[in-house]
Amino acid sequence: MGEITKLTLVNLVSKIKSKEISALDACSDYVNRIVKSKKLNTFVTETLEQAISFAKKIDDNNLKEGILSGAPIAVKDLFCTKNVETTASSKILKGFVPTYESTVTSKLWERGAVLLGKLNCDEFAMGSSNETSAFGNVINPYKVNDENIVPGGSSGGCSAAVAADLTVATVGTDTGGSIRQPAAFTGIVGLKPTYGRCSRWGIVAFASSLDQAGPMTKNVSDCALMLDAISGFDEKDSTSANTKKEEFLKNLNRNIKGLKIGIPKEYIVDDMPKEIQDLWDKGISWMKESGAIIKDISLPHTKYALPTYYIIAPAEASSNLARYDGVRYGFRASGKDLNEMYENTRSLGFGNEVKRRIMIGTYVLSSGYYDAYYLKAQQVRRLIKNDFDLVFKDVDAILTPTAPSSAFKIGEKKDDPISMYLNDVFTVPINLAGLPAISIPAGFDQSGLPLGLQIIGKPFDEQTVLNSAYALEEKIGFKSQVKDWWM
Amino acid sequence: MLIYPNFSSSLMTINKETVKKISKLSRIASNEEFENSMIKDLNSILKFVEQLNELNISNTEPLSSVVDQKLYQRDDVEKKINEKKDILQNSPVKNENYFVVPKIIE
Repeated sequence: MGEITKLTLVNLVSKIKSKEISALDACSDYVNRIVKSKKLNTFVTETLEQAISFAKKIDDNNLKEGILSGAPIAVKDLFCTKNVETTASSKILKGFVPTYESTVTSKLWERGAVLLGKLNCDEFAMGSSNETSAFGNVINPYKVNDENIVPGGSSGGCSAAVAADLTVATVGTDTGGSIRQPAAFTGIVGLKPTYGRCSRWGIVAFASSLDQAGPMTKNVSDCALMLDAISGFDEKDSTSANTKKEEFLKNLNRNIKGLKIGIPKEYIVDDMPKEIQDLWDKGISWMKESGAIIKDISLPHTKYALPTYYIIAPAEASSNLARYDGVRYGFRASGKDLNEMYENTRSLGFGNEVKRRIMIGTYVLSSGYYDAYYLKAQQVRRLIKNDFDLVFKDVDAILTPTAPSSAFKIGEKKDDPISMYLNDVFTVPINLAGLPAISIPAGFDQSGLPLGLQIIGKPFDEQTVLNSAYALEEKIGFKSQVKDWWM
Repeated sequence: MLIYPNFSSSLMTINKETVKKISKLSRIASNEEFENSMIKDLNSILKFVEQLNELNISNTEPLSSVVDQKLYQRDDVEKKINEKKDILQNSPVKNENYFVVPKIIE
């Protein structure tokens, strides 16, 4: 025992199905590690007892049909889980116990996965370091000279939990990089699917035209399996795409001979560390070795993606978060009249970053400023999408770094919103254009922190993204360097 | 009739009065400390997004959604979802079948 938590999702499920490992043993090993890993602060809510009894039920009734049979899985605390508290890591949702289950998580349980608990994240998924959570920082399982490092964000509890073997795989959400950047910061794989590929129903909404759920896993095969599990049309989400069901794991293939990979010159940014550029160059060589054809491309509006995002995302957030009024769910403060009750509830219930974004969003949508900011940002969003549409006539996928740096120290960027936002420079354009993109671990920087490469694909062409990542993964031969220092 | 601002920077600067107005619209209680920190943060964010003014986009159609499909229409059949008991379950203050809010009519 003890080695079970090192297994990949694909291997663990196959051993559970063949009865080499019982669902109970698998679950118990994860529970034991979770109990010893409180220092990392990855969990907001644990459901360990229920997990054990569910695992027993799987063994006793031989429920081994599902593609995730017996897989112990914790999920980001942004997915509504029936009868299990769901907070979005915000004080304002403290005590909220959904009476329904999100579509994505219900697909996990239908396929045999066992819920371990809810994972910490930035408050309402607004952040790139997990520092905005109302329930404290998550600590990256990687460490530099005894200093604690952020796990990335907003899915920081997810990334740290996968890297520390506290869940065999997980689902996060990605509005501007919230799956891919934390995946890169912790040496794991993270995929943001095409907008519409996975249902958003039952996910606490941040920016509805950008939000998308996706897998975070130990490797590319696990990622394909998780996408098989969670994707698909849902009549409860009007933006979910009615495409035919695909089999990503079955069709996973390392043969990318002749595939055209674009390298966008605009992703060479000022102050990018040399090791990121070097890693990117290595990625290009690995692609060539795999038989891919490299093409220089241009995405001329790349530099406008971040400012566009920081108008559109807060605008949508200010509208989505209007529902937190202290009347229907969660936290409520007192006030002498209705307005004062609303104002006090929201002032005490939301953290600073969330308030900042609601304020910006309200401002850019307010009378007299709507056209100058919001409408303008939507126009630029069109140009950014057009850039991608044009290059995808020539190339099949695009290779870039995932983030312009490795993970940083806790507190390092906390007081400067712009420097925090710059983390998402390579990931945000993809959300604006609604494309699929994966981050895979590709190496380490000088201080031993993991770095990621991003592969971007055409809409609904996750298979090419996964196949390219699968080919690169073999060339890279990445090995986790997590040392269990917290246990 | 709306008055559209031109892009002179004076209009883009957020002062205390604007912060007070925005916090009122956002239903977020405001105080001196909050206002000062928001003046600083919002101005730096607005300065950052001003880059968009470099672009000539007068003829560009705005993009509000990347979804390019006809909206799905479900069958018009009754479903038992959102029952009263479920909806009220998480309310911090309720009475029988109602949400309770501070008195709004004198």
